[in-house]
Amino acid sequence: MHQEETNHHSTGYGTYILVWLALIALTSITVTVAGIDFGMVALAIAMLIAAIKSALVINIFMHIKYEEPIFKVFLLVSGFTIVVIFVLTFLDVVNR
Amino acid sequence: MANGTIAVSEKSFYEESTNKHSGILAWLLTTDHKRIGLMYLYTISGFFIVGVILGLLMRLELIAPGETIVSAQTYNTFFTLHGVIMIFLFIVPGLPAIFGNFFLPIQLGAKDVSFPRLNLLSWYVYMIGAVLVLVSLFLPGGPIDTGWTFYIPYSVRTGTNVSLAIFAAFVLGFSSILTGINFVTTVHRLRAPGMGFFRMPLFIWSIYSTAWIQIIATPIIGITILLVILERAFGVGIFDPALGGDPILYQHLFWIYSHPAVYIMILPAMGVVSEIIPTFARRTIFGYKAIAFSSLAIAFVGYLVWAHHMFTSGISDTARIIFSLLTFIVALPSGVKVFNWVATMYKGSIDPKPPLLWVMAFIVLFSIGGLTGLVVGSLATDIHLHDTYFVVAHFHYVMFGGTGTIFFAALYYWFPKMFGRMYNIKLANWGVGLFFVAFNMLYFPKFILGYMGMPRRYFDYLPEFTDLHVISTVGSWLMGITMIIVFGNIFYSAFKGPKAPRNPWGGVTLEWHTASPPPLENFHEIPTVTREPYDFSQLEEMNDESK
Ligand code: HEM
Repeated sequence: MHQEETNHHSTGYGTYILVWLALIALTSITVTVAGIDFGMVALAIAMLIAAIKSALVINIFMHIKYEEPIFKVFLLVSGFTIVVIFVLTFLDVVNR
Repeated sequence: MANGTIAVSEKSFYEESTNKHSGILAWLLTTDHKRIGLMYLYTISGFFIVGVILGLLMRLELIAPGETIVSAQTYNTFFTLHGVIMIFLFIVPGLPAIFGNFFLPIQLGAKDVSFPRLNLLSWYVYMIGAVLVLVSLFLPGGPIDTGWTFYIPYSVRTGTNVSLAIFAAFVLGFSSILTGINFVTTVHRLRAPGMGFFRMPLFIWSIYSTAWIQIIATPIIGITILLVILERAFGVGIFDPALGGDPILYQHLFWIYSHPAVYIMILPAMGVVSEIIPTFARRTIFGYKAIAFSSLAIAFVGYLVWAHHMFTSGISDTARIIFSLLTFIVALPSGVKVFNWVATMYKGSIDPKPPLLWVMAFIVLFSIGGLTGLVVGSLATDIHLHDTYFVVAHFHYVMFGGTGTIFFAALYYWFPKMFGRMYNIKLANWGVGLFFVAFNMLYFPKFILGYMGMPRRYFDYLPEFTDLHVISTVGSWLMGITMIIVFGNIFYSAFKGPKAPRNPWGGVTLEWHTASPPPLENFHEIPTVTREPYDFSQLEEMNDESK
C-alpha cells in the first residue's frame, strides 16, 4: 500500500533538470569562491554549499523526501556519524 | 523456547539444493545461507593457512640476525601480505561471513537471510577481491611492500603494485557492506513469531552491531583508497606533502575505518563467547541486557578513538589528550562483558568441553591484549612503545588471541551442527592446550623485545635480541604443529567422524532445536518462541523433541 503512495510522488523530468542546473550553479560558485581569499571562512562557505548540494541530491535524486520514516532515521544516523567524525578530526587540524 | 519443531527424518541441506543443478554447480549457484557460510569457511580458512605460512616464514627469517632466508625487500612484502591477508581476508569477514551466515537465520527462526541472492553476490565479490590480491603479486612491479596500513607518502612513491592491491581491499569492502545490509534487514524483518529483540541470542546482537559498523565505516576506507589510487595515477596532491597534500589526513581517514574495523573483528567473537558460556555452565547468562547494550556501546565508542594510532604522527596535543581519554572509555563496556561472563559461570555446573576451553584461552589472551592496549593508549608510554614489537605483541594478542581463538571456539562449538559429525574430543583438548602454550611462547617475548626497543617491520636486529627471537621462532613451530592438529581434527572428522546428535552440548538456542545438519529451510515448521534465549529449564522437553 505504502509502495503505491510513494509512486504517486514520482518527480517529473522538469524537476530533475532544474535540480541538475542548480547543482551546476552551486559548483561554479564553489569554484569561484575558491579563487577569492576568504581565509578560514572559505572552508565554511565550501562546506555550506556542499551541504546544500547533498541535501538536493539526497531529497530529490535519491527520493528520500518521499520515503518511509525509517530511511530518514538511517540517514540521520549516518549524518550524525559524519558530524562526529568531522568534529574530532578538526580538533586535530585546528589546534595543530 | 520453541514448540512444534518435530524431528522428521528428512533430507539435510547437503542433500537438497536451492537450484536444479547438482555437484559443484549446486554450490556455486546456491542461495542457501548455510552453503554460502560453508563456502566462506573453506575460502577463508584457505587464506588463513596462507597467512600462517607467511608468518612462519617471517619467524624463520628472524631466528638469527642478518639475512637468514629472505632479503629485506622480500621480508617487506611478506609482512605486508601477511597483514593484508590476515586483516582483509581472514579476520574482518571471518566470524560474520561464516558463522553469521550459517547461524543468524537459524537462531532467529528464519528460513534464510532477507536477500539470499545478494548473499551469494557478497561471496563472489569477496572472491574477486581475493583474486585481485593474488594477481597483484605476479604483475610487473612486484608485490606490495607498504605494510597493511598503506601509509602515505611511501605508498604513493613505491614502484610496487600498490594500486591493484588496495583496489582489492576496496572490492572486499563492498562484500562487507552487502553482508552488513543483509544481516541488519534480516534481524529487523525475519525474526520468528515471539522473538522480540530481547529474546534474541547474544550472538545475534553482536552480529547486528557489527553489521552497522560494516555499513557505516566501510565506505570511508573505500573513498580513501580511491583517493590514493587517484594520487598515484594522476599525481593529484591530496596526501603527499611534496604535492601539497596532507599525509596526516590519510592517517585520519585510514583509521576512521580501520579502528572501527577492529570492533568488526572483536564484537562477533564476544557474541560467540556469550553463546558458549551459558551452554557449558548450564546457566542463563548474567546481565543479558548489559551485554547486549555493551555491544552497541562498543560499536559507538569504537568510532571515536581512531587517532590513538597516531599519537606519534604529529597530531595536535588537544587531539591526543581527547583520543587518549576516549580510548580508556572503551575499556568500560568491554569490562562489563568480561565481568558478566565470569559471573555467568559462578555457581554454574561447568562442563569443560573443547569449545569452553577455547573460550577460557580467549579470556586470558584477550585480557592480556586488552590491558596492554591501555599501555599503548596512554600518551607517555606510547611514545616509547610506538612501532616496536610491543605493538606487534599487543595486536596479535587481541586479534589472534581474541578473535582468532574464538574462530576456533565457534568452529568447535558449531561443527557438529554444521557437518552432522563429531570430532575427536581428546585431540581437541590437546589442541587448545598446545595452542595456549605455543601462543604465549610465540608472542610474549615480543612484549619484552618491544620494551627493549626492537622496532617492528625489520628483517634484521641487534645481536642482543637474539635469545628472545629464538624463543619466539620455536614458539611459531609449535604453533604450526598446533594448527595442523586443530584443522586436521576438523578436516578428518568432517568425513570420518561419528554421527553427531542434534544437541550434543545441551544448548537451548534455536539451532539446537533442529536436526544436525539442518534441513534446507532450517526448520520443518517455523518455531514460535515462548522463552528467554538462555532458559535451560527446557532441556528435558528438548530431549523429547529429538525422539
Ligand atoms: C602462526 C601465526 C602467526 C605468526 C607466526 C605471525 C607472525 C608475525 C610476524 C613475525 C609479523 C611481523 C612483525 C614485523 O616484522 O613487524 C607479523 C605481523 C602481523 N601479523 Fe602476524 N602472525 C601470525 C598470525 C597472525 C594472525 C592470526 C593475524 C590476524 C588475525 C595476524 C596479523 C598480523 C598483522 C596485521 C601484522 C602487521 C603487518 C604489518 O606490519 O603491516 N598475524 N605477524
